[in-house]
Amino acid sequence: MPLPAEFADLEPYLAWALPTESERYARRLDSSLVEMQTFYDAAFPRLEEAIVYCDEHPYDDLPEDARTLLRLMQSLVMVSFPVEVWKQARVPDSGAAYLTVTAEPVV
Amino acid sequence: MPHFAKPPAGSWTQHYPELGTAPVDYTDSVDPAFYELEKVAIFRRSWLNVGRVEKLPRTGSYFTRELAVLDTSLIIVKGADGKIRAFHNVCRHRGNKLVWNDFPGEESAGVCRQFTCKYHAWRYDLTGKLTFIQQEGEFFGVDKDQYGLKEVACDVWEGFIFINLEPAESLTEYLGDLAKGIEGYPFHEMTSVYTYRAEVGSNWKLFIDAFAEFYHAPVLHHKQAVKNEAEKLVGYGFEALHYELSSPHSMVSSWGGMAPPKDPSMVKPIERALRSGLFGPWDRPAIEGLDPLPPSINPSRSPSWGTDSFEFFPNFTLLFWAPGWYLTYNYWPTAVDRHLFEANLYFVPARSARERLAQELATVTFKEYALQDGNTLEATQSMLASRVVSEFPLNDQEILLRHLHKVVADRVKEYTDAAAR
Repeated sequence: MPLPAEFADLEPYLAWALPTESERYARRLDSSLVEMQTFYDAAFPRLEEAIVYCDEHPYDDLPEDARTLLRLMQSLVMVSFPVEVWKQARVPDSGAAYLTVTAEPVV
Repeated sequence: MPHFAKPPAGSWTQHYPELGTAPVDYTDSVDPAFYELEKVAIFRRSWLNVGRVEKLPRTGSYFTRELAVLDTSLIIVKGADGKIRAFHNVCRHRGNKLVWNDFPGEESAGVCRQFTCKYHAWRYDLTGKLTFIQQEGEFFGVDKDQYGLKEVACDVWEGFIFINLEPAESLTEYLGDLAKGIEGYPFHEMTSVYTYRAEVGSNWKLFIDAFAEFYHAPVLHHKQAVKNEAEKLVGYGFEALHYELSSPHSMVSSWGGMAPPKDPSMVKPIERALRSGLFGPWDRPAIEGLDPLPPSINPSRSPSWGTDSFEFFPNFTLLFWAPGWYLTYNYWPTAVDRHLFEANLYFVPARSARERLAQELATVTFKEYALQDGNTLEATQSMLASRVVSEFPLNDQEILLRHLHKVVADRVKEYTDAAAR
């Protein structure tokens, strides 16, 4: 599903529009820091506009393009730690530890 | 120089003289024989939290729990009378596991009108009564009333479902005054749940230890804060606002001025943009029941209060955050050096994309911290198992750990003494 026309500049990052935490986390681990930084640099400046756009619609009845946009912004949150803090995909000092999300309110 | 007042005894630990101040023996976390005793002396006779009522929304809603520490599987189900019951998940005909999907070792959930065994189609109603025997005439006078499912004591406190294989007291008696002082918190409003699971290669008590003290926080998690802030936090160290023991349970109350921070430059860009972080969304949800809070929460009524963590013995943590959400931890032992860790984060359901993303950041942040916490555990377990050192000096901010290991030792001793008589 494409993004709203106003956010067409984010189309190159559509693969980040993922419904579940497991998918977003897996994509983070599979991405290089450069890939995440590029996505972050494109998406972060549009975050506030994206929220305003989505919230013009009832949250429990989002049009498909707004839902896609919101999922993309969920991935922005996911990459914010690697980009803003860690400078790597994994949490430092987390070794082999894992924590699987088994239930979440999917947008 | 302490930032927060301690009791007149001079320390929180000495305020409870039965704890002593000696180093604590951690053999209780590596000895397989001791673990076997914990199973019978503690887990079989304590009220154990197995979930919340929201998981059972209607008549016939059920879920199963695989509880290695009790050597059993349980079915938890809501009856037509609205009552929640628990049963051992075993068919009375020939012992097949009654409720499971493709893999008998995996937990399952759903809605049904009755339970039908996959093997020979024996049927049980939602109260556990045997209602149908396939080819009943082939049997030799089986009285169906004598072959219902084996029921387990089950009760609900503030929406939390507890079970107990060998209860000596009621659930409310067991939970005591600490829990009484939490009643009325708006748990029923916080129905948006994020569930996390991990298998951890450590004794179950070590993860409780890790979450029951915040002495570690400025050190282990220092990379999570922006640099100046991290240095300041390490310099301060950690002091709790308040500790309360109400044996076998306990709680720690902590400050936390990060939601919202005094100075926005203290936090990361994403936190500023979404007005959220580790302590949760900065903007409180518009619900009743958060002001004033029930008396056990923020017991010192400190204006700089941030979070309270309650340890309900043996394996249930209930943690409240000042901005109006809560989380739970359950630690389910599977062996002396392994356990299944479960976390549930509960929020008031988001009504907008803005609220949803603020919650998203809180949950993502939670995981970043928990992964760091979890990873120290296997390292600790392996070195405790070497038994090179078995006694460790716990400080005053580790009082909850001292208390936990003492209660465990006391309960095991009580049990072995009684068995010897």
